[in-house]
Amino acid sequence: MIQVEGLTKYYGEHAAIRELAFTIGQGEVIGFLGLNGAGKSTTLKILGCVLLPTAGRVVIDGHDVVSNAHEVRQRIGYLPDVPPLYDEMTVGEYLAYVAQLRGVAARDTASRVGEAEEKTGLREVDGELISTLSHGYRQRVGVAQALVHRPALLILDEPTSGLDPRQIVEMRDVIRGLKGAHTVLVSSHILPEISQTCDRLLIIHKGALVAQGTEEELARKMGGGGSIEVEVRGDRARAVEVLTPFGAVEVERAVDDVVSLTLRASPDERPRVAKAVVGAGLELLRLDQGAGQLESIFLRLTHGQEVRA
Amino acid sequence: MKALLIARRELSGYLRTLSGYVVIAVILALNGLFFNAYALGGASKRSAEVLSQFFYYSSGFTIVASVFISMRLLAEERQTGTLPLLYSSPLRDRDIVLGKFLAGFAFLALYVLCTLYMPLLVLVNGKVSFGHVAAGYLGLLLLGSASLAVGTFGSALARNQLLAAITSAVMLVALILCWLLARITEQPLADVFSAMSLWNQHFPPFQSGLVHVRDVVYYLLVTYVALFAATRVLEARRWR
Repeated sequence: MIQVEGLTKYYGEHAAIRELAFTIGQGEVIGFLGLNGAGKSTTLKILGCVLLPTAGRVVIDGHDVVSNAHEVRQRIGYLPDVPPLYDEMTVGEYLAYVAQLRGVAARDTASRVGEAEEKTGLREVDGELISTLSHGYRQRVGVAQALVHRPALLILDEPTSGLDPRQIVEMRDVIRGLKGAHTVLVSSHILPEISQTCDRLLIIHKGALVAQGTEEELARKMGGGGSIEVEVRGDRARAVEVLTPFGAVEVERAVDDVVSLTLRASPDERPRVAKAVVGAGLELLRLDQGAGQLESIFLRLTHGQEVRA
Repeated sequence: MKALLIARRELSGYLRTLSGYVVIAVILALNGLFFNAYALGGASKRSAEVLSQFFYYSSGFTIVASVFISMRLLAEERQTGTLPLLYSSPLRDRDIVLGKFLAGFAFLALYVLCTLYMPLLVLVNGKVSFGHVAAGYLGLLLLGSASLAVGTFGSALARNQLLAAITSAVMLVALILCWLLARITEQPLADVFSAMSLWNQHFPPFQSGLVHVRDVVYYLLVTYVALFAATRVLEARRWR
């Protein structure tokens, strides 16, 4: 779906991105992860045909973004970091305008607008002026405008930026719902959002691609990182003894006879850990993948340091 | 045609917000005051003279109106972050510029139409040649088209509406003042500056009820060149 080779963009003397290369397959949901100023938005602007690259090549669905931009634009839906909204229009009017701008026939416009509103939960605000919408709804309208013409590729730049926790969960559900119908490239610097929504990650730092793969693949490449959180009821010393064969064990807390531990081991080991704990006569209360795995990988790649997973 | 789609949205933007009406109302009021004080006032005049003076003042107000109407066209899109929507849609840059210009021109034409009551007042109290009125209005629309196109170019260059208005006003004043340069330079430069002058060389015939092809061609040419330049600015911005 997307082939990127040697992509470079200079703003004056400053290189925003340098020699980026990656491919994205049909139907994938890809997370584009990086700190602020890493070059995410610049890359997405080039993919969205808003900016032209200084060097390199981007091919989307067989069409080059420089020499055949018109064809590319018919296949993409782009949400910039600031949703491009006209405040004086209602949601329905705005989406109909964008649909027609992107080549949807007049007779199909109403059904496409309805479909986009359905996917993004905007039905109830169809007649509302955009200027009166909350930030969360404005972001949703931004996503709806990107998908109203059923593009093959959706490019979403920080779709959860500025949302409250509940709105983030709702937006995550919206993005998950797009899976299958579109190839989705979503950028963020919020790690859980990427971790829980995407099939694969591209990590960019200071304009260069520093890693790509699934969360597990990245953990393996980064030296077997990863952790398992275990909570058991029983003797503390016995719990440590049972878990030690799998990797380093750290006791987080022990209240009465409930012990919470972090085990330095691949999350793939969870079934064997469960069997060992139960086999040792301990009551297994909780067994989960270490929440901080992606943070750890991300920080190591971008700062050269690791936080405790 | 995508340009018409953009024009329709832009025009509805003018009609739905207060700023467009305020611009029209203020300029119409000033135009009316000038008409009353200078065209109708003073010693008694022939109707054709009053009409000529009406077109003289109206031409100035049409230029001012075009600056205020055009300042939002592209600069506002840039200011509010909606330009990426147009850039990422399957449109040619010329469609964006043409759509914006057509909306601005339709709104300017609405303003020009609203001045029609002044020639009608002359008609009620005197004799008016319809040819004179038609030629004068054709001149106003052509002058407005050229000024608005220059304003569209200024709006493409600027990062906000205020800068757009200043840039456009400077360019228009420079074009108007070409006649001064024509007076202080030698041939053949004087002829070139004279031909370039936005008002002095090309509008007075319309004001007197005369339509010369060279004047029509001049205003259409300025419109085309300015819109072409605005399109180039949009294209160049993709490289930045």
